Order: sequence, then C-alpha cells, then structure tokens
Amino acid sequence: MATFAKGVVFEGVDFDDPNSWRLEEYVKRGGYAGLRRIADEKLTQDQIIAEMKLSALRGRGGAGFPTGLKWSFMPRSFPGQKYLVCNTDEGEPGTFKDLDIIWNNPHALIEGMIIGGFTMGATVGYNYIHGEVFEAYERFEEAIEEARAAGFLGANILGCGFDFQLHAHHGYGAYICGEETALLESLEGKKGQPRFKPPFPASFGLYGKPTTINNTETYASVPYIVRNGGQKFLELGKPNNGGTKLFSISGHVNRPGNYEVPLGMPFAELLELAGGMRNGKKLKAVIPGGSSAPVLPADIMMNCTMDFDSIAKAGSMLGSGAVIVMDEDTCMVRALERLSYFYFEESCGQCTPCREGTGWLYRVIHRIEHGHGRPEDLDLLLSVGANIAGRTICALGDAAVMPVQGMLKHFRSEFEYHIENKRCLVDH
Amino acid sequence: MLSKESLAKIDRELTKYPAEQKRSALMSALRIAQLEHGWLSNDVVEAVADYLGLPPIAAMEVATFYGMFNRQPVGKFKLTVCTNLPCALSGGADAGKYLQQKLGIGYGETTADGKFTLQEGECMGACGYAPVMLFNNHTMCNHMTPEAIDKKLAELE
Repeated sequence: MATFAKGVVFEGVDFDDPNSWRLEEYVKRGGYAGLRRIADEKLTQDQIIAEMKLSALRGRGGAGFPTGLKWSFMPRSFPGQKYLVCNTDEGEPGTFKDLDIIWNNPHALIEGMIIGGFTMGATVGYNYIHGEVFEAYERFEEAIEEARAAGFLGANILGCGFDFQLHAHHGYGAYICGEETALLESLEGKKGQPRFKPPFPASFGLYGKPTTINNTETYASVPYIVRNGGQKFLELGKPNNGGTKLFSISGHVNRPGNYEVPLGMPFAELLELAGGMRNGKKLKAVIPGGSSAPVLPADIMMNCTMDFDSIAKAGSMLGSGAVIVMDEDTCMVRALERLSYFYFEESCGQCTPCREGTGWLYRVIHRIEHGHGRPEDLDLLLSVGANIAGRTICALGDAAVMPVQGMLKHFRSEFEYHIENKRCLVDH
Repeated sequence: MLSKESLAKIDRELTKYPAEQKRSALMSALRIAQLEHGWLSNDVVEAVADYLGLPPIAAMEVATFYGMFNRQPVGKFKLTVCTNLPCALSGGADAGKYLQQKLGIGYGETTADGKFTLQEGECMGACGYAPVMLFNNHTMCNHMTPEAIDKKLAELE
C-alpha cells in the first residue's frame, strides 16, 4: 500500500523506518512542541480555541463539523469530571486512514488529545480502536506507555498544573460503534446502540459526564495547528476547508493507499497520484467519501475538487475521505448489492425502519442482481428508502439509503437492464 | 473457569476505568476469556460476568452483539475474509472462493480436523491492502492473492 504524505498528520514520518512511530523519533521531528508551546507561553484555553477556529479544521470522521466550534461547546469551567474520546472505530467500507495514523504516527494523536484535554478541562481520555486492527491497538498501547514514561501523560504535565490520563479501548466487530453515542455505550461495556440526541455528549456523554468525541485524524492535526498557528493550517487548504486531508483510495487504481494532500486538490490529480486506473481501464464511477456517500459518475467526478464544499455541490459528500474507484467493467448492481448487505448486517436493530428496511433493500437488490428483479422494484427501493431516511435514532439508516439513491439517480438504466434481461450490462 | 493469567490481564484492563465502572472492561474481559477457551460458552460468559460483578445477561448481551466473539467452537485457526466492496474490487470474493476450495468448507464452517474455521467478514478498515483476511482476530493478512493464501496456509500446517 502506498502512503503519500505531504502535510500535517504525517509530517516528517519515515515510512521505511520501523521505529519512526516511536516517541523519540516523533520528538526529533518536532513532536510535543505544540504541548511545550502551551506550557512555555502559558497559552489559555480560549487562545487555543481561537486558533482552532481560525484553522477552519473540520472534523475528519465524516460529518465535517468545525472542530473549534465543537470544542467551544464543552462546559470547560463547569466543575466535575469531563472526558475526551477519540473515535478510531474505522469500519466504513473504503476508510483506512486512521489505521495508518495509529500505526505510523501514534504520538501525533496522543499529543493532540493531551492538548484537547487541556483546552476543554478534561483529565481523562479514551481512544476507541476497532478490534479488527488489534496489532495497531497493541502498538497504540505501547505508545501511551512511552508518553507516560516521558511525563507527557500523568499529573502536572510539563509543570502546567494540568493532569491528563489516556487509555486505549478496543471494539470487537460492530460498525455501528463508529456512531459517537453508540461508541460511548460500547465504552461503557454495553451493546453499541446509539442514544437519542439531545442531550448531546458535550452535556451528557461518557458515564453521563460532559464529553467531546473527535476523529483520529482530527486530533492528529491539532499539534500542527498549535505549533504553527491556525492561519498556517488554513492556508494549506482553502477557505472553510482548512489544511490537508488524508484520502484513502481503494478499488481499481494502480497504487491504492492513503494520500495526504491539500483540501481542494482536483480529483483528477489525486487519481494520478494513486497511479491512475488499473490496467488502463476507463473510470466509470467513484464513491467519494466512504460507502455511505452517493456514487458519482466519472464525468462529474473529474470536474470536482476534493473538499467538503465541492463534493457536496456535486450531490455527494466528502465524508471520511474514502475514495472508492470503479472502472468500466464494474457492475453497479453487484456493487450496490454488496454495500446493502453491509448495512443490513451492521444495523444495530434498535429502530424498526432501519432493522427491517435494510433487509428489504438488500433482498430487493439481491433479487435484481440474481435475475429475479421485477419492473416495480426500483420504485419499491426508493419507497423503502424514504421510509428509513430521517426516521431513525442515528444516521446508519440514512447511510444505507444514500448509496441506493445515488446508484438509481446515476445508473438507473443499468438496473433496468438487469431487470429486463436478467443479466449484467457489463461483462465481469 | 478463568486462569490466573487471564484474571491478571482483566485486572490490568480494569485500571483504565473508574472503580465504579467495571462494566467498561467487559469487552476486553470477554476477549481475554475467549483467548483462553477458544470460544464463549454460556459458562464462560457467566464467569466473566461474575468476576466483574455484573448480571450474566449484561455479559451475554455484549458477547452476542459484537461479531468477533465466537459463540460456537471454532477451529484452531479462524480466517475471516473481507468480501466488502473495496476488497471485492481487488479480488476479495475470489480469495474467499479460493480458501473454500482449498479447505473444502464453506463460510461459517470448520474443517473436520478442527484446524480451520472460515468466516466471511465485513469491512476491517484496511482496504488499501485489499484483499485482506484477519487471522485469529489478531493479525491482518494483506494482499491475499492465491499465492499469498498458499503461503499462509503452508505456515499453518
């Protein structure tokens, strides 16, 4: 797998050096200087939040919510325990950037969380890592021990009078735990079933205490911002889309992998970086932001830049930056069948529209793919979708519907062909 | 039901959480118990619950909700193949078929000698290495071409 780093999260990382992830190496490339700056210059919580807002860093987990604003929601002067949580429960098909972060540069995340803890008055943090990457979880635990031994975690960090402890917690095979309130339930040792919001985690989070949850890449971007100032981070990207971003590129490209590039890079350039199309095939479609993002056909995609606003304008979403590339030989019915099975399998079962509806979506697409589709099935899919979307506690229901809507919007004729001819339009 | 070593590992997990939140260590505790016993029988689930001072149903809920827990005995080597879209675009389904042929079993089955269990898995967040396979809930095997599969199986013989 290729990793292309020209930015923030992987600044200075040597991917060929097996020890590059260690604390000693991280410090050599300027690591923990952000934290030291807070100690030396006695930066206040308000000053850090102002820098975060200036940076225009938007949450890297999928929703793209402005991080500085999120941090300002925490009742930081409120007495009592507050928590900080990192979401490394990566399991949206196509997404594999956070794995690369905790594997290659865990201390950037640790430093970001310590700074977050200081800024929001939280003294305990947890990083929730999905269980399928257990080796990375073990490495992250080792990195925490290094930070503890060096005095970056514990009591009175760098003499600031601030205490912070950090722990790793693992999941064990449930996509839904990437939803932040399901993650909190899971962290409390329960089934990962999302909570009603409000109350939001900033007022009622882990163990009922004020909690902020951010994505791995978000926290890992924080040391750079504190070290260099929000303005510098902002200038790496474009207005309202500050900084660089990791794009996980999978599918029919020559060099799948993670690419850290400025937000706003033209998609065509990103595709080039990933080595172009495999076997010289033609690009057919792209899912630009993880499996939940509506698919976009090649001609639309080739005119997009890779940032939150451009992809939204094209009718999809940047999500977590997981770019699934499909060539001309890809059967869209089969692709959608596999994705729909995923949501059916991963629905937590709490809300009836999602629990039952995802099964309906899968079964109808399955029968189309296997030559038993009926002419009315496409309308049925849209109708089932309309009865799921917006009617559930969390966004998994919506996430299951959006790929269906996207496929029927752009590739309806391929589905119709399948129903009429009981076979694929493309050979595969 | 649980060895001294397992209990010591669970105790280490408990230090991560507030004293009154032992339930948070449940996921780890069940994983540790599964490592020792290979799968989670009702008795093992109950033993974990007892050790953490929880009602057995609390542990059973977690053991049945999360996909990486084995609620049935599995072979010595559990192979979980990702067949989700990004892996499928790079040969994930073929890797699964090849393994089925080689081992002579379908998904969810165990070889007669009790050595291999094959499972179809959902996205493991490692799509850049597609197709991937998770070995015994722990080690990610990347780029699972037929040659790579042969090599891995030979290692396990």
